[in-house]
Amino acid sequence: MVRFNMILLLIAVVCALGVVTSQHRARKLFQDLESEQERARQLDVEYGQLQLELSTWATHPRVEQIARSRLHMVLPDAAGRVVAPLPKGAR
Amino acid sequence: MVVRRRPQRGHRFTESPVLQLALQGWRSRTVGLLLMAAFLALVARGFYLQVINNDFLQEKGDSRYRRDIEVSASRGKITDRNGDMLAVSTPMKSIWAIPGDARTMAADQKKQLAALLEMSSRELDGKLASEKTFTFVKRQVPPETADRIAKLKLPGVHQELEYRRYYPTGDMTAHIVGFTGVDDKGLEGVELAFQQSLLGHPGSRTVIRDRRGSIVEDVGATKPPQDGKDVRLALDSKIQYLAFSNLKAAVDTNNAKAGGAIVIDARSGEILALANWPTYNPNNRHSLSGAQLRNRAITDTFEPGSVMKPFTAALALDRGKVRFDTVINTAPGKLTIGTATISDAHPHGALTVAQVIQKSSNVGTAKIALGFPPKEMWEMFDSVGFGQAPNLGFPGEVNGRLRPWKTWKPIEQATMSYGHGIAVSLVQLARAYTVFARDGELMPLSLIRLDDTPVHGIRIFSPQTVREVRAMLEMAVQPEGTAPKARVAGYRVGGKTGTAYKIEGGVYARKYVASFVGIAPISEPRLVVAVMIDEPSGGAHYGGDVAGPAFSQIMSGALRTLGVPQDAPVQVAESTAAKGAL
Repeated sequence: MVRFNMILLLIAVVCALGVVTSQHRARKLFQDLESEQERARQLDVEYGQLQLELSTWATHPRVEQIARSRLHMVLPDAAGRVVAPLPKGAR
Repeated sequence: MVVRRRPQRGHRFTESPVLQLALQGWRSRTVGLLLMAAFLALVARGFYLQVINNDFLQEKGDSRYRRDIEVSASRGKITDRNGDMLAVSTPMKSIWAIPGDARTMAADQKKQLAALLEMSSRELDGKLASEKTFTFVKRQVPPETADRIAKLKLPGVHQELEYRRYYPTGDMTAHIVGFTGVDDKGLEGVELAFQQSLLGHPGSRTVIRDRRGSIVEDVGATKPPQDGKDVRLALDSKIQYLAFSNLKAAVDTNNAKAGGAIVIDARSGEILALANWPTYNPNNRHSLSGAQLRNRAITDTFEPGSVMKPFTAALALDRGKVRFDTVINTAPGKLTIGTATISDAHPHGALTVAQVIQKSSNVGTAKIALGFPPKEMWEMFDSVGFGQAPNLGFPGEVNGRLRPWKTWKPIEQATMSYGHGIAVSLVQLARAYTVFARDGELMPLSLIRLDDTPVHGIRIFSPQTVREVRAMLEMAVQPEGTAPKARVAGYRVGGKTGTAYKIEGGVYARKYVASFVGIAPISEPRLVVAVMIDEPSGGAHYGGDVAGPAFSQIMSGALRTLGVPQDAPVQVAESTAAKGAL
């Protein structure tokens, strides 16, 4: 009887230690998850800022200005335009 | 056998009197009681802590490691139909202070803070002199600056996350997109109209933090943040740019006060562009005037003038009162009704109905209009949307002015047939023209991109009537018409000019509103473009000369952008080139 109780006690102690370690590990993992989520948020913010920057650089007035002044592009007038009809069956 | 009892000389040791405990019973009982009392005290204390005082202690404990944190949500983006950004939120920090604590700052700390915030130290002192317990020092500070301020560890200075709205396209789309205030509240335009869906709802969570401040566990219920929904407008930023830049050019060359332009996709009723001049930069809203903020195309009405004539003609054709080639005598260019006389800018002789529209004869149109009762004309104006808001869900839409037919005098019916005595907004006018682009259907307009679902409007005129009116509109841009400058190379276009006097203080002044509304390509209409120029004063004032060229530029650019097949020959490539094409 005494022996049986000792075994139970031992099991209880082992379980208790198990709970402690798994709790600790859970918290560690949770912290990692948190920091990854924080990083995701940061990247999201950065993505938004980059999108904003992209659209600021790519505004039509700026594109036109560069096309005209730096690349010396012009719109062809009607005489300079040629319409290429689609070959039959092409889409 | 003799049994002798042993003499009783000794004791068994357990009975030894020496070993007999000489303790009195009360002593052991006392010790026992004391121990018992000590245990009872422990139990009582335990009961007190665990049951009676539990809430207080729990709270104290929670306050040491449990935190409620708000999870911020961002406002939805506004994009054009192709996903180009029109309005985006990006995180910023606001710097706030508890003035009482912040005043204990050292002088050089204060100087550093002022320098980082780009404020003068006097301005900063002014903010901190407040007797309140909370004051914003500066809002919308870039995150990098805020981090540097946080490193200074200033007493009583705190920061909070907030969002700032950016408008990459700036003044080009200012009127349609609108803007928000600092508290993420839409104040104008789409930002206001779609406030409910754009707005994000912050979430919250309760967490346990360890001694280093990092979150170790979620406890209790968490509410996830809901970011605002993105709004995808029908606007095409490229067409918007074309409309905006050409409108601006037209206002400049004609030295005009203001102007507006709208491009509508006739197939779906989507608004592809809506531009106004003057405008403003929504990213920097200092010193704004009311004139800049006005979204004229939607919130201002004007007497449209001759652009109304096609509706009168369509009604007459539809009711069978006239035919395309019925001859109407407009000589001598004057018509007296009651005490008033209406006249043509250039007198014409006998004209067909089509020529009346082509040459924009007031007399001819008035004669057609007087052929039917006021009620019928009112019903037609009403059915194409004049006198009622266009129902875009946009703030500040106006009804325009269409008086009830019972109050019409004959002269008014005559002037209304060519667009005087009736007031409309540019968006109403453009919408009404969808009738001519759609074989007689009036399209509902949409600010939001529709996903290629076929849209049907309300039938107003028969397809035959509309085909005839389109032919008239096409005649108006021929060399003999009023707007040869509105032609577009490679496409058949049609439209109508308007040159209306402005009313000032109840009388017509010598100021004009020049307009042009047209559709293209005539063989299979795709776009409706309306241009309005307010008070041109650069010499020309006729709709065909002022608004016509802008219409032509916007229309040709928009058709090219959308890849609409040409329906008029420009120059067709030889079939050898075609064979090499993909």
